Amino acid sequence: MITEPASQTDVRMDGSAGLRGEREATPGSAGRRRERLMVPKADFDSYYGRPVLNEPPWQAHDIAGYLFLGGLAGASSTLAAAAELTGRPRLARVSKVGAMCALGGSLYALIHDLGRPSRFLNMLRVFKVTSPMSVGTWILSAYGPQAGAAAATDVSGLFPGLGRAATVGAGVSGTAVATYTAALICDTAVPAWHEGFREMPFLFAGSSAAAAGGLGMLAAPLSEAAPARRAALLGAAVECAAAARMERRLGALAEPLKRNKLLRFGEVLALAGAVAGITAGRRSRIAAMAAGAALLAGSACTRFGIFQAGMESANDPRYTVQPQRRRLAKERAERDLT
Amino acid sequence: MDLRWPLLRQLTGGDRTGRGPAAKSARTEALRARTSTADRVVKSVCPYCAVGCAQNVYVRDERVVQIEGDPDSPISRGRLCPKGAASLQLTTDAGRRQEVLYRPPGGADWQPLDLDTAMDMIADRVIATRRETWEQERDGMRTARTMGIASLGGATLDNEENYLIKKMLTALGVVQIENQARVCHSSTVVGLGTSFGRGGATTFLQDLQHSDCVLIQGSNFAEAHPVGFQWVMEAKARGAVVIHVDPRFTRTSALADLHVPIRAGSDVAFLGAIVNHVLENELYFREYVVNYTNAATILREDYRGAEDLDGLFSGFDPGSRAYDVGSWQYEGMTAAPASGARDQQYGQRGGGAPPGRTEVQGGTGVPLEGRPERDETLRHPRCVLQVLRRHYARYTPEMVERVCGVPRHLFEEVCRHLTENSGPERTAEFVYAVGWTQHSDGSQFIRAASILQLLLGNIGRPGGGIQALRGHASIQGSSDIPTLFNLLPGYIPMPYAHEHERLCDFLRGDAPQQGFWANMPAYLTSLLKAWWGEAAREDNDYRFGWLPRLTGSHSTYDTVIAQLEGTVKGYFLLGENPAVGSANARMQRLGMANLEWLVVRDFNLIESATWWQDGPEIESGELRTADIGTEVFFLPAACHTEKNGSFTNTNRLLQWHHQAVEPQGDARSDLWFMYHLGRIIREKLAGSQDPADAPVLNLTWDYPVHGETAEPSAEAVLAEINGWDAQGRPLSGYGELKDDGSTACGCWIYCGVYADGVNQAARRKPGTEQDWIAAEWAWAWPANRRVLYNRASARPDGSPWSERKRLVWWDAGAGEWTGHDVPDFEAGKSPGYRPAPDAAGVDALSGIDPFIMQADGKGWLFAPAGVVDGPLPTHYEPQDSPVANPLYGQQRNPVRKVYEHADNRYQPSGNEPGASVYPYVVTTYRLTEHFTAGGMSRFTPYLAELQPEMFCEVSPALAAERGLVHGDWATIVTARNAIEARVLVTDRMPSLHLDGRVLHQIGLPFHFGPNGLAKGDAANELSAISLDPNSHIQEVKALSADIRPGRRPRGPALPELVRSYQQRAGVDASTGMEA
Amino acid sequence: MAFDLEEQLDQSRRVGFFTDTSICIGCKACEVACKEWNHVPDDGLDFTGWSYDNTVGLSADTWRHVAFVEQRKPLGHQESGVGDMDFRWLMASDVCKHCTHAACLDVCPTGSLFRTEFGTVVVQEDICNGCGYCVPACPFGVIGKREESGLAAKCTMCYDRLGAGEEPACAKTCPTDSIQFGDLDELRERAERRLDQVHAAGTTSARLYGHDPNDGVGGTGAMFLLLDEPEVYGLPPDPVVTTRDLPSMWRHVGVAALALLAGVAATAWYGGRK
Repeated sequence: MITEPASQTDVRMDGSAGLRGEREATPGSAGRRRERLMVPKADFDSYYGRPVLNEPPWQAHDIAGYLFLGGLAGASSTLAAAAELTGRPRLARVSKVGAMCALGGSLYALIHDLGRPSRFLNMLRVFKVTSPMSVGTWILSAYGPQAGAAAATDVSGLFPGLGRAATVGAGVSGTAVATYTAALICDTAVPAWHEGFREMPFLFAGSSAAAAGGLGMLAAPLSEAAPARRAALLGAAVECAAAARMERRLGALAEPLKRNKLLRFGEVLALAGAVAGITAGRRSRIAAMAAGAALLAGSACTRFGIFQAGMESANDPRYTVQPQRRRLAKERAERDLT
Repeated sequence: MDLRWPLLRQLTGGDRTGRGPAAKSARTEALRARTSTADRVVKSVCPYCAVGCAQNVYVRDERVVQIEGDPDSPISRGRLCPKGAASLQLTTDAGRRQEVLYRPPGGADWQPLDLDTAMDMIADRVIATRRETWEQERDGMRTARTMGIASLGGATLDNEENYLIKKMLTALGVVQIENQARVCHSSTVVGLGTSFGRGGATTFLQDLQHSDCVLIQGSNFAEAHPVGFQWVMEAKARGAVVIHVDPRFTRTSALADLHVPIRAGSDVAFLGAIVNHVLENELYFREYVVNYTNAATILREDYRGAEDLDGLFSGFDPGSRAYDVGSWQYEGMTAAPASGARDQQYGQRGGGAPPGRTEVQGGTGVPLEGRPERDETLRHPRCVLQVLRRHYARYTPEMVERVCGVPRHLFEEVCRHLTENSGPERTAEFVYAVGWTQHSDGSQFIRAASILQLLLGNIGRPGGGIQALRGHASIQGSSDIPTLFNLLPGYIPMPYAHEHERLCDFLRGDAPQQGFWANMPAYLTSLLKAWWGEAAREDNDYRFGWLPRLTGSHSTYDTVIAQLEGTVKGYFLLGENPAVGSANARMQRLGMANLEWLVVRDFNLIESATWWQDGPEIESGELRTADIGTEVFFLPAACHTEKNGSFTNTNRLLQWHHQAVEPQGDARSDLWFMYHLGRIIREKLAGSQDPADAPVLNLTWDYPVHGETAEPSAEAVLAEINGWDAQGRPLSGYGELKDDGSTACGCWIYCGVYADGVNQAARRKPGTEQDWIAAEWAWAWPANRRVLYNRASARPDGSPWSERKRLVWWDAGAGEWTGHDVPDFEAGKSPGYRPAPDAAGVDALSGIDPFIMQADGKGWLFAPAGVVDGPLPTHYEPQDSPVANPLYGQQRNPVRKVYEHADNRYQPSGNEPGASVYPYVVTTYRLTEHFTAGGMSRFTPYLAELQPEMFCEVSPALAAERGLVHGDWATIVTARNAIEARVLVTDRMPSLHLDGRVLHQIGLPFHFGPNGLAKGDAANELSAISLDPNSHIQEVKALSADIRPGRRPRGPALPELVRSYQQRAGVDASTGMEA
Repeated sequence: MAFDLEEQLDQSRRVGFFTDTSICIGCKACEVACKEWNHVPDDGLDFTGWSYDNTVGLSADTWRHVAFVEQRKPLGHQESGVGDMDFRWLMASDVCKHCTHAACLDVCPTGSLFRTEFGTVVVQEDICNGCGYCVPACPFGVIGKREESGLAAKCTMCYDRLGAGEEPACAKTCPTDSIQFGDLDELRERAERRLDQVHAAGTTSARLYGHDPNDGVGGTGAMFLLLDEPEVYGLPPDPVVTTRDLPSMWRHVGVAALALLAGVAATAWYGGRK
């Protein structure tokens, strides 16, 4: 049916009321198209296969490295506090020093990733609860000095009172450092990250604990490393459980995660390290060190794996479009029911 | 603002989440739009296409900081296309050249040169070459000229600049003066001029809003003229039907109701079939046709048409490949054309023996003696309507399918829409561009549309007419003030060499005796007075003898041949890039390589300036830089924001653009260049007793100059173009021009642009404060009329055809014509007026003769003169075509101009053996993102990135047939050359089904060349020099070629490939040369 | 959460774009006018073969982008004349959506991105430190990080021009008024009227995009009339501002942090000092 507007092409002074302007043109309205064969619809459409999202401008070694080091630092501080309070000075010391170094590394990675490193302090212009990076910056600025003081006092032996307070403070805030990074990556449009936000904090917490435990086993004497061994085992278990649950829940969107070799390798290393630690690692210093190294490596692999999988999901329009399509279909179905 | 730590503002202020004012920085707070901080806003006009969009130029600290559309413009309403929007970068980009460069003969590289030295050297070259090549006589006839110097370019320049170029070069005896109008729209001047009397578009863009059906054919409106296209959308919004007939589905088709794919070059068959449909079904506007066209006029008995002679007309002489047009005349009258070949009957109608050739003068008005016999019942077998009926009888829907590849149902849709939307209550408008003009019978494409619009009664009426879309800012102006060899300003024909020809002989030969062209004596005398002032007196024929004479065709393509022959030694390129933009680009370069000196004026180092260093022939080894003796001067040109002047847009509207800033470095306007070159030459010739120098030394050449660059006053030049009376008072219209030497006027049709000493072209009354005619925005020729022939918008009795479509009408009470537009008619001539039998001049036209430039006052369905290849459009195949003409035995236009030259080989066509070697049809075109030969777009980053590379468009079927891969490379080959292009496989390039075969077409944008940011081979490497005999326009819209996957060979292997194709096709010097 | 993440927008002062792709002629004037006004650098000279699109998509160096889609589908009653298949050529000028709930703005840690008095979202060059967080946050793939400067960049809706009472450069230059600028509420009504008009004219595939205040980003400041599914133009069919889930994320993070604390403590005290 052709619905052409009544002709307004008669000559009249411009601007007369009701005269249609070109923005009301309806191209194609007056043709007489003849029916032709229809082309079958493609399973999903995209614009020449181009990603819907712009790729995060983040370097793996910076951001994934930051996720790993931040987690290691935070969890190590917590482990250090626990060790100190339970009278394991050498485990406490290696954890404090390890946390200190990891913190340094993570800060370097963070600043190195900036387009304008000199403007790092602009992070402190505002406090935005809507921005995990802003919140994280404030957390770091609370945690950093305490972790530093804890390590410094321990090594130097000065101000033991202050040192203990700092150790406990760092231990508590360390848990935030170790876990907020989950919110950092989940609070993006990157499908594999965002959709995994329920498990990601636990995955990161577990991975951090495993790494901290690994560090303890690596550097602390067997006699004091028991908490490290247990932390590693517990962490590795939580990490794997969280990952498994995430992949189950994400369905098709989990493909990039499932495909990811680093993730799988990280889990293997973590579990192997944890088990080896809790068994051979109790007796043999060498075994303990090997297990610790495996745990550290495993945690790093996990973080780099998560990072890679996220990038992959962002660079394929299918992972952006299809879940949204399914969601729309679901909503429509629900609407139709009611 | 509050400069405390944002966090404090966040915690204390209202913006708790820190996402609003709290986060605002001091810099942001201080941000201001540079449009609001500019020192001044200068009114200007876009320098790209001929829509003529107004621009506001924002200047701060004597720098242009922003260029935007001017919302006051009734044409563009403040909008700009990507090119217009890029004009800030065009004019201010660091890449633009600002220094003079010099290349000595044989030199390997450019050298710096200071401007004054360059000007002095150029002046010396001009004087020397002129002396060396001066030709006082040829074959005993006075020519008083030099064939050693030629000039090309002007359509991108101001009217004032074109005026000085034409004036000085003509005084120097240079006749080979040409510009883009030759290669773009010369067919328009012939086609529209012979049909209606004037060679310009009959309407204006804004009036599209009153059209009920817009038929766009031979134009890619939305892509080539995007801002003008808003008026098509306006028409669409008000209920119009939009039809696009084009070989490709383009951005125009995407917005149309109906797209009709057609074989490139077959439009005459398509339009002819519509004419046939209209006649056979009696769908023509009878009252209009009987009164306003020559349908009733009776033709001579000895006339024979294509129907009788299998594609030829009576009077054809195979020897001279020309028609004796005598038998095409009216019974009882000899009509001379308002345009086209006006020297044809010089012999019959006065003067000495005719020169014998059929040279063309695009232009206007018909000499006419006696009164033609008429049969207003339209039944007489020899009346034009019956002749028309017989001529187009064989143009059936079946033929449209066979010739054009257009399915019957699509053709019938077009017929239905067109005829349903024509008549007293409704009007249809045709829009075309170079898709119609650039054929070996291009003028006839325009004629065919003119016939159809006359039959449907759409000429001179609101929403009707024929819109010719021109593509350069002032290409209309460079035709009106012609930097064209065959015209003088205002379409007065340039005189041909005849024995003892005096002014009166010339006028008797070329000027009509009826209609406004009968006033040619006044127009020409006033021009001669403007040029030679006191020196031009009645006793010396107003120095008519100082005008150099023509002895044939001296078009830009004849100039190229002359360069290769060594006749032309010096060449000016003024804003034109023939090494990319002209047919057979290779020949263009070889011609330049044969020059003694070349002057290139442009913004950037275009291909025509650097061919000697990095041209394709250097790469292929055919030329060696060290062997090239051409001395090259590159002079940077000033852009539109750096000079005053007027552009004439595609609807004859003169718009003034004001200078915003001074040009940088050596950049100068062409007004400056021409004025000072002339000044230096005159100084060097001062005191010369050589009669050949008299025209130069006596030329009026004293324009006021100003500023440190001594820029001549463009307004003073405009005043001379407008003209003045004996007391030096500005004239207010061409009606005041006299043939007694008491008035001077540089271009009679522009007379009135400086009325009352006011620059009417600079008028800027906002469109929102006027009706759609916007008569107070700038100034249109003639006499500020917007719709030509608008007397036809009223019935013979003077009342409007309908209330809906009233434009001008006869006010009996006041005894004058009145209406929305300026009546294109004598204001006081009543509809009842009938001329006395002995009436002459304008008085010989009756009150119902709307086409006042025509000798009979009628629109010409049948052209008894003026069009040298036939009185009626007839379908001929392009010079190179894979199709045998299904309509006639005559394959090609018998009088087309072909040039036998080793570098200009033609291809076998139709059924000729070897035709299958070049089996596909190639058509060339523009893209929105680029401009002509690229000099103003390929060097501009913002435009280059939008279309960065040369590509070809092919159908999936052709891609499969030839193994072409999307995004990969293909090589396209003709008998001239081979080019490479990236492949776009697209459904937008439909394959056609005609005569039981599938025909594939290949689309090639013609903008690209090896220089600049956006690069690629030039499509014109493939085209041949084969011309329309009326307009000398080249055929680049339809040629045949082969295409193959992969890149083209490099070095000597390239010419080898071309040769191997020639051999396979059996191409030789005689191929395609027959009449 | 301690904070209400919902921004309170003064809708009455909010301006925006309505891009009607049914009258777009794909001339790309918007791309050029935008670059001229905002001094956006040119974006490389790559031939893509994506119909007539050689600028690929929105990025730090392309703030307006015209998409070209060739389809074997009909456009209303249009007779395309192209072979046996239906055919249409879609063109659409994309731009930053200036979301009601803008993820880029939410996640920006420096306050470089902020909500202007016109309801638009703008990057402040002098504040941005190039952390790049806004890039993956945007569900439309609009904002990008510029190589040379290392700073984030996107459409500002010509913030400086708005301040001077002028319309954005792209809307001003658009030859067919396909890009319309104005008061957002008025534009929303116009868009709905226009949709009815286009449907009535036979183009039933037309739909509005970004006009619904209840969608995942709370509606956009740049609405579109599209002639096919959004993803055909490279737009997400159902974008959601990532921060919608942020409160829940924080809760999960909190629980995970406590769990970590408890877990590690347990490992130390479990079984006394062995």
